[in-house]
Amino acid sequence: MDKRDWLVHPSYLFPDYQSTILRAPKRELLPIKANLSERTGPVFGLDSISPLDNDLTKNGCVNGEPLGERIVVSGRVLDQFGQPIRHTLIEIWQANAAGRYVHKVDQHAAPLDPNFVGGGRTLTDEEGRYKFYTIKPGAYPWGNHHNAWRPNHIHFSLFGPQIATRLVTQMYFPGDPLLQYDPIYKGAPEKNREAMISKFTLDLTEPNFALGYEFDIILRGSHANPFGI
Amino acid sequence: MIELLQTPSQTVGPYFAYGLVPKQYGYNHTNIITGSLVDENSAGEHIQIIGQVLDGEGVAIPDAMIELWQPDIKAIGRFGTGTDEQNRFIFNTIKPQSFEGQAPHISVVVMMRGLLVHAFTRLYFSDETEANAQDEVLRSVPEERRATLIAQRGELGGKTVYTFDIHMQGDNETVFFDV
Ligand SMILES: [Fe+2]
Repeated sequence: MDKRDWLVHPSYLFPDYQSTILRAPKRELLPIKANLSERTGPVFGLDSISPLDNDLTKNGCVNGEPLGERIVVSGRVLDQFGQPIRHTLIEIWQANAAGRYVHKVDQHAAPLDPNFVGGGRTLTDEEGRYKFYTIKPGAYPWGNHHNAWRPNHIHFSLFGPQIATRLVTQMYFPGDPLLQYDPIYKGAPEKNREAMISKFTLDLTEPNFALGYEFDIILRGSHANPFGI
Repeated sequence: MIELLQTPSQTVGPYFAYGLVPKQYGYNHTNIITGSLVDENSAGEHIQIIGQVLDGEGVAIPDAMIELWQPDIKAIGRFGTGTDEQNRFIFNTIKPQSFEGQAPHISVVVMMRGLLVHAFTRLYFSDETEANAQDEVLRSVPEERRATLIAQRGELGGKTVYTFDIHMQGDNETVFFDV
Protein backbone atom coordinates (compact mmCIF):
# COMPACT_ATOMS: atom_id res chain seq x y z
CA MET A 1 0.00 0.00 0.00
CA ASP A 2 1.32 3.40 -0.92
CA LYS A 3 1.70 5.91 1.89
CA ARG A 4 -0.62 8.81 2.32
CA ASP A 5 0.34 11.39 -0.28
CA TRP A 6 1.50 14.29 1.88
CA LEU A 7 1.37 16.60 -1.11
CA VAL A 8 -2.42 16.38 -1.06
CA HIS A 9 -3.29 15.81 2.62
CA PRO A 10 -3.16 18.67 5.13
CA SER A 11 -0.29 19.06 7.56
CA TYR A 12 -1.13 18.41 11.20
CA LEU A 13 -0.20 21.93 12.20
CA PHE A 14 -2.16 24.60 10.33
CA PRO A 15 -2.28 27.66 12.61
CA ASP A 16 -5.13 29.38 10.72
CA TYR A 17 -7.23 26.53 12.09
CA GLN A 18 -6.60 27.28 15.74
CA SER A 19 -7.57 23.92 17.19
CA THR A 20 -4.57 22.37 15.44
CA ILE A 21 -2.13 24.31 17.63
CA LEU A 22 -2.39 22.22 20.81
CA ARG A 23 -3.47 19.03 19.11
CA ALA A 24 -1.14 18.52 16.13
CA PRO A 25 1.62 15.99 16.79
CA LYS A 26 4.91 17.91 16.78
CA ARG A 27 7.32 15.11 16.08
CA GLU A 28 7.86 13.49 12.72
CA LEU A 29 5.74 10.44 11.98
CA LEU A 30 7.86 7.32 12.26
CA PRO A 31 8.10 5.01 9.28
CA ILE A 32 6.49 1.60 9.69
CA LYS A 33 7.12 -1.44 7.54
CA ALA A 34 4.05 -2.60 5.65
CA ASN A 35 2.63 -5.55 7.52
CA LEU A 36 -0.64 -7.36 7.87
CA SER A 37 -1.84 -5.47 10.95
CA GLU A 38 -2.45 -2.32 8.98
CA ARG A 39 -3.15 -4.16 5.72
CA THR A 40 -6.29 -5.80 7.09
CA GLY A 41 -9.48 -4.05 8.01
CA PRO A 42 -13.10 -4.55 8.91
CA VAL A 43 -15.60 -6.00 6.45
CA PHE A 44 -19.20 -4.93 6.83
CA GLY A 45 -22.00 -7.04 5.42
CA LEU A 46 -25.36 -5.97 4.11
CA ASP A 47 -26.81 -6.99 7.48
CA SER A 48 -25.07 -4.03 9.10
CA ILE A 49 -27.09 -1.60 6.98
CA SER A 50 -30.79 -0.88 7.46
CA PRO A 51 -32.97 0.00 4.47
CA LEU A 52 -33.31 3.71 5.33
CA ASP A 53 -29.71 4.23 6.37
CA ASN A 54 -28.80 5.97 3.12
CA ASP A 55 -31.91 8.16 3.08
CA LEU A 56 -31.51 11.02 5.53
CA THR A 57 -34.76 12.56 4.29
CA LYS A 58 -36.58 9.59 5.85
CA ASN A 59 -34.44 8.06 8.60
CA GLY A 60 -35.13 10.81 11.12
CA CYS A 61 -38.82 11.41 10.43
CA VAL A 62 -41.04 11.77 13.48
CA ASN A 63 -44.18 13.60 12.35
CA GLY A 64 -43.42 14.80 8.82
CA GLU A 65 -40.60 15.43 6.38
CA PRO A 66 -37.44 17.46 7.00
CA LEU A 67 -37.34 21.03 5.72
CA GLY A 68 -34.84 22.17 3.11
CA GLU A 69 -33.67 21.42 -0.38
CA ARG A 70 -33.69 17.67 -1.13
CA ILE A 71 -30.50 16.46 -2.79
CA VAL A 72 -29.00 13.24 -4.11
CA VAL A 73 -25.32 12.71 -3.44
CA SER A 74 -23.74 9.91 -5.44
CA GLY A 75 -20.39 8.91 -6.83
CA ARG A 76 -17.76 6.21 -6.90
CA VAL A 77 -15.10 5.17 -4.45
CA LEU A 78 -11.94 4.28 -6.37
CA ASP A 79 -8.35 3.69 -5.49
CA GLN A 80 -5.70 5.94 -7.00
CA PHE A 81 -5.40 3.63 -10.00
CA GLY A 82 -9.08 3.89 -10.80
CA GLN A 83 -10.05 0.48 -9.44
CA PRO A 84 -13.48 0.46 -7.80
CA ILE A 85 -13.57 -0.19 -4.07
CA ARG A 86 -16.46 -2.58 -3.64
CA HIS A 87 -18.70 -3.16 -0.62
CA THR A 88 -16.94 -0.61 1.51
CA LEU A 89 -18.68 1.27 4.29
CA ILE A 90 -19.38 4.99 3.89
CA GLU A 91 -20.75 6.92 6.85
CA ILE A 92 -21.93 10.54 6.63
CA TRP A 93 -23.12 13.19 9.06
CA GLN A 94 -24.18 16.78 8.55
CA ALA A 95 -26.05 19.84 9.79
CA ASN A 96 -29.69 20.39 8.87
CA ALA A 97 -30.87 22.97 6.32
CA ALA A 98 -30.59 25.73 8.94
CA GLY A 99 -26.98 24.90 9.74
CA ARG A 100 -27.70 23.19 13.06
CA TYR A 101 -26.40 19.81 14.19
CA VAL A 102 -28.45 17.65 16.55
CA HIS A 103 -25.25 17.24 18.59
CA LYS A 104 -25.79 18.46 22.15
CA VAL A 105 -22.64 20.58 22.08
CA ASP A 106 -23.88 22.58 19.08
CA GLN A 107 -25.38 25.76 20.56
CA HIS A 108 -25.83 27.67 17.30
CA ALA A 109 -29.11 29.57 17.57
CA ALA A 110 -30.68 28.02 14.51
CA PRO A 111 -33.67 25.70 14.68
CA LEU A 112 -33.42 21.96 15.05
CA ASP A 113 -35.58 20.01 12.65
CA PRO A 114 -37.69 17.41 14.44
CA ASN A 115 -37.64 15.27 11.32
CA PHE A 116 -33.94 15.30 10.58
CA VAL A 117 -31.08 13.58 12.40
CA GLY A 118 -28.38 14.01 9.75
CA GLY A 119 -26.59 10.68 9.98
CA GLY A 120 -26.44 8.00 7.29
CA ARG A 121 -24.45 5.08 5.97
CA THR A 122 -24.26 2.78 3.00
CA LEU A 123 -22.03 0.22 1.26
CA THR A 124 -20.60 0.75 -2.21
CA ASP A 125 -21.80 -1.61 -4.94
CA GLU A 126 -19.85 -3.77 -7.43
CA GLU A 127 -18.64 -0.66 -9.27
CA GLY A 128 -17.72 1.21 -6.12
CA ARG A 129 -20.82 3.36 -6.47
CA TYR A 130 -22.88 4.79 -3.61
CA LYS A 131 -25.93 7.02 -3.23
CA PHE A 132 -27.44 9.09 -0.44
CA TYR A 133 -30.63 11.11 -0.30
CA THR A 134 -30.45 14.03 2.07
CA ILE A 135 -31.14 17.73 2.63
CA LYS A 136 -28.63 20.36 1.57
CA PRO A 137 -26.84 21.34 4.80
CA GLY A 138 -26.75 24.99 5.86
CA ALA A 139 -23.65 27.02 6.69
CA TYR A 140 -22.96 27.57 10.37
CA PRO A 141 -20.82 29.92 12.47
CA TRP A 142 -17.89 28.74 14.59
CA GLY A 143 -15.44 30.32 16.96
CA ASN A 144 -12.20 30.00 15.05
CA HIS A 145 -11.92 33.72 14.24
CA HIS A 146 -14.14 36.78 13.98
CA ASN A 147 -17.20 36.08 11.81
CA ALA A 148 -16.06 32.55 10.93
CA TRP A 149 -18.59 30.42 9.03
CA ARG A 150 -18.17 26.88 7.80
CA PRO A 151 -19.14 26.44 4.16
CA ASN A 152 -21.93 23.96 3.47
CA HIS A 153 -20.48 20.49 3.88
CA ILE A 154 -21.20 16.85 4.53
CA HIS A 155 -18.75 14.80 6.63
CA PHE A 156 -17.67 11.50 5.04
CA SER A 157 -15.96 8.55 6.72
CA LEU A 158 -14.62 5.61 4.68
CA PHE A 159 -12.69 2.46 5.41
CA GLY A 160 -11.58 0.95 2.12
CA PRO A 161 -10.03 -2.52 2.27
CA GLN A 162 -7.47 -1.86 5.01
CA ILE A 163 -6.99 0.17 8.15
CA ALA A 164 -4.31 1.95 6.14
CA THR A 165 -6.88 3.18 3.60
CA ARG A 166 -9.11 4.79 6.24
CA LEU A 167 -10.21 8.28 5.21
CA VAL A 168 -12.32 10.97 6.85
CA THR A 169 -13.07 13.95 4.65
CA GLN A 170 -15.74 16.56 3.93
CA MET A 171 -17.74 17.14 0.78
CA TYR A 172 -18.33 20.74 -0.25
CA PHE A 173 -20.67 22.36 -2.78
CA PRO A 174 -19.74 24.13 -6.00
CA GLY A 175 -19.62 27.92 -6.02
CA ASP A 176 -19.72 28.32 -2.24
CA PRO A 177 -18.33 31.81 -1.43
CA LEU A 178 -17.33 30.67 2.07
CA LEU A 179 -14.72 28.20 0.80
CA GLN A 180 -12.10 30.91 0.31
CA TYR A 181 -12.32 31.86 4.01
CA ASP A 182 -12.43 28.36 5.50
CA PRO A 183 -9.18 27.20 7.16
CA ILE A 184 -10.37 23.60 7.30
CA TYR A 185 -10.93 23.42 3.54
CA LYS A 186 -7.76 25.41 2.95
CA GLY A 187 -5.84 23.17 5.33
CA ALA A 188 -5.61 20.79 2.37
CA PRO A 189 -2.89 21.85 -0.10
CA GLU A 190 -4.13 23.62 -3.20
CA LYS A 191 -2.93 20.76 -5.38
CA ASN A 192 -6.04 18.64 -4.90
CA ARG A 193 -8.29 20.73 -2.65
CA GLU A 194 -10.96 21.04 -5.30
CA ALA A 195 -11.43 17.27 -5.30
CA MET A 196 -13.50 17.85 -2.17
CA ILE A 197 -16.03 19.98 -4.07
CA SER A 198 -18.93 18.00 -5.46
CA LYS A 199 -20.28 18.67 -8.96
CA PHE A 200 -23.85 19.61 -9.66
CA THR A 201 -25.20 17.42 -12.45
CA LEU A 202 -28.55 17.09 -14.16
CA ASP A 203 -27.72 13.43 -14.80
CA LEU A 204 -28.18 12.69 -11.11
CA THR A 205 -30.95 15.21 -10.59
CA GLU A 206 -34.31 13.48 -10.19
CA PRO A 207 -37.16 15.36 -11.92
CA ASN A 208 -39.62 16.96 -9.51
CA PHE A 209 -37.72 15.50 -6.58
CA ALA A 210 -34.08 16.30 -5.83
CA LEU A 211 -30.97 18.07 -7.14
CA GLY A 212 -28.03 15.81 -7.97
CA TYR A 213 -24.45 16.23 -6.77
CA GLU A 214 -21.65 13.93 -7.84
CA PHE A 215 -18.77 13.23 -5.49
CA ASP A 216 -16.08 10.65 -6.25
CA ILE A 217 -13.65 9.67 -3.52
CA ILE A 218 -10.14 8.40 -4.20
CA LEU A 219 -8.45 6.20 -1.59
CA ARG A 220 -4.87 5.01 -1.48
CA GLY A 221 -3.78 2.20 -3.76
CA SER A 222 -0.62 0.22 -4.21
CA HIS A 223 1.98 0.93 -6.87
CA ALA A 224 3.43 -2.49 -6.14
CA ASN A 225 0.08 -4.11 -6.79
CA PRO A 226 -2.11 -1.67 -8.73
CA PHE A 227 -4.85 -4.21 -9.43
CA GLY A 228 -5.65 -5.00 -5.82
CA ILE A 229 -4.68 -7.65 -3.34
CA MET B 1 -2.11 3.14 -16.23
CA ILE B 2 -4.13 6.07 -14.94
CA GLU B 3 -3.19 7.61 -11.69
CA LEU B 4 -5.54 9.73 -9.62
CA LEU B 5 -4.76 11.90 -6.62
CA GLN B 6 -5.97 10.79 -3.22
CA THR B 7 -8.93 12.76 -1.85
CA PRO B 8 -7.58 15.02 0.92
CA SER B 9 -8.31 14.22 4.54
CA GLN B 10 -10.33 16.58 6.76
CA THR B 11 -11.07 16.69 10.47
CA VAL B 12 -14.01 14.78 11.96
CA GLY B 13 -14.92 18.08 13.63
CA PRO B 14 -16.73 18.33 16.96
CA TYR B 15 -20.06 16.84 15.90
CA PHE B 16 -19.27 13.29 14.81
CA ALA B 17 -21.04 11.55 17.68
CA TYR B 18 -24.55 11.06 16.31
CA GLY B 19 -23.17 9.78 13.01
CA LEU B 20 -20.35 7.52 14.20
CA VAL B 21 -21.03 6.57 17.82
CA PRO B 22 -24.74 7.39 18.33
CA LYS B 23 -25.48 4.68 20.87
CA GLN B 24 -22.69 5.73 23.22
CA TYR B 25 -23.92 9.33 23.19
CA GLY B 26 -27.61 8.47 23.44
CA TYR B 27 -28.74 9.56 19.98
CA ASN B 28 -31.69 7.95 18.31
CA HIS B 29 -29.86 6.63 15.25
CA THR B 30 -28.76 3.15 14.23
CA ASN B 31 -25.27 2.13 15.36
CA ILE B 32 -22.84 -0.42 13.97
CA ILE B 33 -19.50 0.00 15.78
CA THR B 34 -19.30 0.20 19.58
CA GLY B 35 -16.67 0.19 22.33
CA SER B 36 -16.88 -3.59 22.61
CA LEU B 37 -14.71 -5.53 20.17
CA VAL B 38 -16.02 -8.86 21.46
CA ASP B 39 -19.13 -10.07 23.23
CA GLU B 40 -19.21 -11.32 26.80
CA ASN B 41 -19.06 -14.97 25.81
CA SER B 42 -15.99 -14.72 23.60
CA ALA B 43 -13.15 -17.03 24.61
CA GLY B 44 -10.00 -15.35 25.87
CA GLU B 45 -8.87 -13.07 28.66
CA HIS B 46 -11.39 -10.25 28.90
CA ILE B 47 -9.79 -6.86 29.38
CA GLN B 48 -10.65 -3.19 29.30
CA ILE B 49 -8.55 -0.56 27.60
CA ILE B 50 -8.96 2.86 29.15
CA GLY B 51 -7.20 6.15 28.53
CA GLN B 52 -7.37 9.85 27.89
CA VAL B 53 -6.25 11.86 24.88
CA LEU B 54 -4.20 14.82 26.10
CA ASP B 55 -3.43 18.07 24.31
CA GLY B 56 -0.23 20.11 24.43
CA GLU B 57 -1.23 21.60 27.80
CA GLY B 58 -2.01 18.20 29.30
CA VAL B 59 -5.76 18.77 29.17
CA ALA B 60 -7.94 15.74 28.43
CA ILE B 61 -9.61 16.26 25.05
CA PRO B 62 -13.42 15.90 25.23
CA ASP B 63 -14.10 15.56 21.50
CA ALA B 64 -11.68 12.92 20.28
CA MET B 65 -12.69 9.61 18.78
CA ILE B 66 -10.54 6.51 19.01
CA GLU B 67 -10.83 3.43 16.83
CA LEU B 68 -9.15 0.17 17.70
CA TRP B 69 -8.43 -2.49 15.10
CA GLN B 70 -7.45 -5.83 16.60
CA PRO B 71 -5.96 -7.85 13.76
CA ASP B 72 -5.80 -11.30 15.43
CA ILE B 73 -9.59 -11.44 15.86
CA LYS B 74 -10.44 -9.02 13.03
CA ALA B 75 -12.46 -6.78 15.31
CA ILE B 76 -13.04 -3.06 15.36
CA GLY B 77 -14.16 -0.76 18.16
CA ARG B 78 -14.95 2.90 18.37
CA PHE B 79 -15.35 5.25 21.35
CA GLY B 80 -15.68 9.01 21.72
CA THR B 81 -14.20 10.86 24.69
CA GLY B 82 -17.27 13.03 25.27
CA THR B 83 -19.41 10.87 27.55
CA ASP B 84 -17.07 9.98 30.44
CA GLU B 85 -16.60 12.51 33.24
CA GLN B 86 -12.84 12.30 32.85
CA ASN B 87 -13.07 12.26 29.06
CA ARG B 88 -11.71 8.74 28.90
CA PHE B 89 -12.22 6.18 26.16
CA ILE B 90 -13.26 2.77 27.46
CA PHE B 91 -13.02 -0.37 25.33
CA ASN B 92 -13.88 -3.98 26.09
CA THR B 93 -12.00 -6.72 24.30
CA ILE B 94 -9.92 -9.83 24.83
CA LYS B 95 -6.18 -9.70 25.13
CA PRO B 96 -4.71 -10.23 21.64
CA GLN B 97 -2.48 -13.10 20.64
CA SER B 98 0.78 -12.66 18.82
CA PHE B 99 -0.02 -11.97 15.19
CA GLU B 100 2.15 -12.52 12.13
CA GLY B 101 5.26 -12.92 14.28
CA GLN B 102 4.61 -9.62 16.06
CA ALA B 103 4.04 -9.06 19.77
CA PRO B 104 0.36 -8.84 20.80
CA HIS B 105 -0.86 -5.42 19.78
CA ILE B 106 -3.81 -3.37 18.58
CA SER B 107 -3.78 -0.71 15.86
CA VAL B 108 -5.11 2.64 17.01
CA VAL B 109 -6.65 5.41 14.89
CA VAL B 110 -6.90 8.83 16.57
CA MET B 111 -9.34 11.47 15.33
CA MET B 112 -10.58 14.74 16.76
CA ARG B 113 -11.56 18.31 16.07
CA GLY B 114 -8.30 20.06 15.22
CA LEU B 115 -6.73 17.02 13.60
CA LEU B 116 -7.02 17.50 9.85
CA VAL B 117 -5.53 14.05 9.24
CA HIS B 118 -6.11 11.11 11.59
CA ALA B 119 -3.10 9.73 13.41
CA PHE B 120 -2.07 6.06 13.53
CA THR B 121 -0.43 4.50 16.53
CA ARG B 122 -0.17 1.04 18.14
CA LEU B 123 -0.95 -0.32 21.56
CA TYR B 124 1.28 -2.99 23.13
CA PHE B 125 0.94 -4.68 26.53
CA SER B 126 3.13 -4.11 29.61
CA ASP B 127 3.07 -7.78 30.63
CA GLU B 128 4.53 -8.95 27.30
CA THR B 129 8.10 -7.88 28.00
CA GLU B 130 9.70 -10.72 26.07
CA ALA B 131 7.49 -10.50 23.01
CA ASN B 132 7.79 -6.70 23.02
CA ALA B 133 11.58 -6.96 23.06
CA GLN B 134 11.44 -9.01 19.85
CA ASP B 135 8.81 -6.94 18.06
CA GLU B 136 10.08 -5.43 14.84
CA VAL B 137 7.92 -2.32 14.93
CA LEU B 138 8.66 -1.55 18.59
CA ARG B 139 12.36 -2.07 17.98
CA SER B 140 12.25 0.45 15.15
CA VAL B 141 11.11 3.10 17.66
CA PRO B 142 13.84 4.99 19.57
CA GLU B 143 14.13 3.33 22.96
CA GLU B 144 13.25 6.43 24.96
CA ARG B 145 9.91 6.74 23.14
CA ARG B 146 8.77 3.09 23.27
CA ALA B 147 6.96 3.51 26.58
CA THR B 148 4.38 5.73 24.85
CA LEU B 149 3.13 2.63 23.00
CA ILE B 150 2.79 0.32 26.00
CA ALA B 151 -0.48 0.04 27.89
CA GLN B 152 0.00 -0.59 31.61
CA ARG B 153 -1.75 -3.56 33.14
CA GLY B 154 -3.72 -3.00 36.32
CA GLU B 155 -6.95 -3.94 38.01
CA LEU B 156 -10.13 -1.99 38.59
CA GLY B 157 -13.28 -3.39 40.18
CA GLY B 158 -12.16 -6.98 39.63
CA LYS B 159 -11.47 -6.38 35.93
CA THR B 160 -8.14 -6.37 34.15
CA VAL B 161 -7.60 -2.88 32.84
CA TYR B 162 -4.86 -1.60 30.58
CA THR B 163 -4.25 2.12 30.78
CA PHE B 164 -3.18 3.81 27.57
CA ASP B 165 -3.02 7.60 27.45
CA ILE B 166 -2.39 9.28 24.13
CA HIS B 167 -0.29 12.45 24.29
CA MET B 168 -0.65 14.61 21.19
CA GLN B 169 2.34 16.78 22.15
CA GLY B 170 4.89 17.28 24.94
CA ASP B 171 7.77 15.31 26.42
CA ASN B 172 5.73 12.11 26.29
CA GLU B 173 4.30 12.69 22.83
CA THR B 174 2.92 9.38 21.62
CA VAL B 175 4.71 7.81 18.68
CA PHE B 176 2.57 8.16 15.56
CA PHE B 177 3.36 6.17 12.44
CA ASP B 178 3.32 7.03 8.76
CA VAL B 179 1.05 4.06 8.03
FE1 LIG C 1 -19.33 20.07 10.20
